[in-house]
Amino acid sequence: MMRRAMSLAVLLILFALPLLAMAQAQEPPEFDNTEQEQRYKELTTELRCVVCQNQNLADSDAQLAQDLRKEILGMLKDGQSDDQITGFLVDRYGDFVLYRPAIGGNTLALWLIPGVLLGGGAIAVFVTVRNRNRRLAEQQQKGSS
Amino acid sequence: MIPEIGQVTLMGALLISLAMGILPLIGAYTGNQRLMKVGQTGAIAQVFLVGGAFIMLTWAFVVQDFSVEYVARNSSAALPLIYRYTAVWGSHEGSFLLWELVLCLWTVAVALLSSKLPDNFRARTLGVLGLLSSGFLMFIIFTSNPFTRLIPSAVDGLDLNPLLQDPGMIIHPPILYIGYVGFAVSFAFAVAALLGQRVDREWVRWSRPWTHIAWAFLTLGIALGSWWAYYELGWGGWWFWDPVENASFMPWIVATALIHSQAVTEKRGAFQNWTLILAITTFSLCLLGTFLVRSGVLTSVHAFAADPTRGVFILTYLFVVVGGTLLLFAIRAPAMVRGSDFAGMSRETLILVNNLLLVVMAAMVLTGTLYPLLLDALNAGKISVGPPYFGTLFAMLLVPIALLLPLGFHARWQADKLKRLAGELALPAVVAVVGGIVTAVFLPSAGLWGIFGVAGAFWIMASCLVYYRNRLAARTGNRPSRSETGMILAHFGVGLFMVGASLTNPTSEEKHLRMEAGDSFELSGYNFIFEGTRMVRGPNYVADEGELLVYKNGERVASMYPQKRRYNNGQVMTEAALDAGLTRDLYVGLGEPLDETGTAWAIRLYHKPFIRFIWIGALLMMAGGFLAASDKRYRRAIAKQPARNSGMAEAPA
Amino acid sequence: MIGRLLPVIIFLGLGILLAAGLKIADHKTELPSPLIGKQMPEFALPILGREETIVTNEDLVGEPFLLNAWASWCPTCRVEHPVITDLARSGKIRVVGLNYKDEKADAQAWLARFGDPYDLTITDISGRTAIDFGVYAAPESFLIDSNGTIVFKQIGMMTPEVIETEILPRLEQWSKSP
Repeated sequence: MMRRAMSLAVLLILFALPLLAMAQAQEPPEFDNTEQEQRYKELTTELRCVVCQNQNLADSDAQLAQDLRKEILGMLKDGQSDDQITGFLVDRYGDFVLYRPAIGGNTLALWLIPGVLLGGGAIAVFVTVRNRNRRLAEQQQKGSS
Repeated sequence: MIPEIGQVTLMGALLISLAMGILPLIGAYTGNQRLMKVGQTGAIAQVFLVGGAFIMLTWAFVVQDFSVEYVARNSSAALPLIYRYTAVWGSHEGSFLLWELVLCLWTVAVALLSSKLPDNFRARTLGVLGLLSSGFLMFIIFTSNPFTRLIPSAVDGLDLNPLLQDPGMIIHPPILYIGYVGFAVSFAFAVAALLGQRVDREWVRWSRPWTHIAWAFLTLGIALGSWWAYYELGWGGWWFWDPVENASFMPWIVATALIHSQAVTEKRGAFQNWTLILAITTFSLCLLGTFLVRSGVLTSVHAFAADPTRGVFILTYLFVVVGGTLLLFAIRAPAMVRGSDFAGMSRETLILVNNLLLVVMAAMVLTGTLYPLLLDALNAGKISVGPPYFGTLFAMLLVPIALLLPLGFHARWQADKLKRLAGELALPAVVAVVGGIVTAVFLPSAGLWGIFGVAGAFWIMASCLVYYRNRLAARTGNRPSRSETGMILAHFGVGLFMVGASLTNPTSEEKHLRMEAGDSFELSGYNFIFEGTRMVRGPNYVADEGELLVYKNGERVASMYPQKRRYNNGQVMTEAALDAGLTRDLYVGLGEPLDETGTAWAIRLYHKPFIRFIWIGALLMMAGGFLAASDKRYRRAIAKQPARNSGMAEAPA
Repeated sequence: MIGRLLPVIIFLGLGILLAAGLKIADHKTELPSPLIGKQMPEFALPILGREETIVTNEDLVGEPFLLNAWASWCPTCRVEHPVITDLARSGKIRVVGLNYKDEKADAQAWLARFGDPYDLTITDISGRTAIDFGVYAAPESFLIDSNGTIVFKQIGMMTPEVIETEILPRLEQWSKSP
């Protein structure tokens, strides 16, 4: 029962936390050109918010997300490349921030599995169809002879 | 008092479900009619008891009994009445009771509507459904009791999560569950067939309408979720590849494969093992989805508060049910199932290829969803897998599906000639090319994927119309059956969906900017004028409401009122303003005030072309499913099987 | 024959994965730091209350210390504060506070009210240095050795158990082999 009251208290605190995190409002970003705006959009939608972990950086209202968006805009204006910007975040927060998993290393299987399944399945389908086809032809031959 | 009665009612329901789980199965095995009948009476008793418990929980919410812990955590004194009803499924315990209630409803439907089934088959089906139900009831009683008291009682509740205080909440979960749980029926049919060693085309014909209806509801449920998330949550997004969304999408994909496989088995006798496995897999994925949402294993915006005990329980349930059934399959599935043979170019082949692609698609979603967990469990690091993975691979797999769909549609059973097909599909091919060109000319921002997506969509839709016209012309005086019309409608819906899905993301425009009263901004030909904000008061919140007037070519097109709400429990929420249209949506979100006086605001403006096509396409798919299910031929009686172990019924060629 | 057993086998593999997932579910939101084993990031931050004095990362190299990121608006920091205070008082290791995205007045009032265990407190008002450290959920603590290498990171509040299992053993190791 005490535990329940405690968990209710924790719930209340947890509800309050995001509120505190949204303490400072942020001016909307201003871009130098449309290409920059496009890159900003792509980068922030492909990066994961580390605080509210089920949103991307573009949608999240968390304070850290706002700070990181400002940081990214600054880097874009500085002329940094997409790789440099994502590298900046990965260096500090790990691969977790990338919604697009890297291709290679421990994510190789991730990208290969669907293709392997498709290939294997295609072979199985091919063999099955060929067998059925053959049997059908045999049947029809028997029928006509 | 009433919550306590609710608890007792649930325990009674558990006993009934155990009885109706075990006794009919014994009865079917021994041929005992009385035991077999327990299935039907048990189903009716069960639905009354579980329904009663659900009503009692609802009552606790409506009268705002904060001495019930679940009510205290999901409601508040100021919560409007309608949301007190929906708060019943606002979090884990209540939503799981709803899940169980839906299962009872499906079970009683099977009990009442299957008089034409052989007794032992019906008994086995109800037995399986009863066992499933008993597992869920045990879960509820032992780990997720919604009737637990809170002592001392709370003065006021914590309020329902503001995101859920919305009309979408009224329908999305119940509809989704009806679909989700509905696959328990085709699952039960499959298990009954395996138990009775009755694997032929008759039981498949019987299980088809149940599968269609569950599929239609799941389609609607997913579409509702997408639509709801669009206007409530995301900044104009309609699908996020969130783990729980994936958990509902995977069964949908496999169920689609199941429906196609059932068609082949019913009409041609082939693919019987495939139909069994797909029926088992579909429901297994539904159970997996339940596990993922409620166990705390994955991070998700949908996840309920996790409790390790619950996770262990559901996982055990999963092992027993799915593992047991798959083992049964391995042992009992007929070793050599001889369906009729078919040529390389035939409808059977194309459906087989279609199913391969669908299964790989589902496997891809499963891989992406669970891969981070795999790496984490192996201590190999923490990664994320998101839309860039899922979306890309999904689109790639959709290409062959879209290309082959019209061929599968028009191809004849058993053997067909490519030349004949090409003749039939010449017109749709032309329409597709025209569609692609039109898109390229008028919507160049759609990009290559968009252009080809629209071409593919037109390819599909045109072939549906050609098929329908041919069928009308062929059998003069004899209209296509309901199941055929349903099929055409559903596939047409796929095409419409593809139009929306291909176009809306690349052609959408958005602007995030600072606006003060009197400012205006032009986006995609629409002029948005910000008229400032005012305070409004809701039942349990206070809000800043902005006013934006939208003009096109000088004429007023819309007035939009986005809100920034502050609820009594402290949560802040954005309520976007939406101007819906067939060919485009306008969407405005109020961000934060940018100065002390609140005269300047951060505002997000969106222009989203063709987004409604996504949900209209889904609605057509759903309609097709319902229509097909209503076909009379499914209600013909099944022939009785001569003896229990007479082996497989040889399918007539 | 194998074909029919394949589904069960696949499912068993899946089940084992899910069971493992349950075991690690408690920590699923914690991100392992990519900075472990690396030099602490460069920074130059003022001391709380003595803003003319700037402290850089080089200034802190030489002796191991615990860098504790905290803020007056962070409720969990309050919960962990006694543990940090005990650790600082024990004298076993320097504790340096990193005041994260806070107002000077609020931070000083917080320390005045709950006690100031820190050797010194540097302020990161913009939060930029915290980003360089990969901070995302205050409180977080970093164990840094005498070379300035980040050796361990605690996400969330510091507990006596963590001190026992992660910090003290390392301190012992260092004292044995200089």
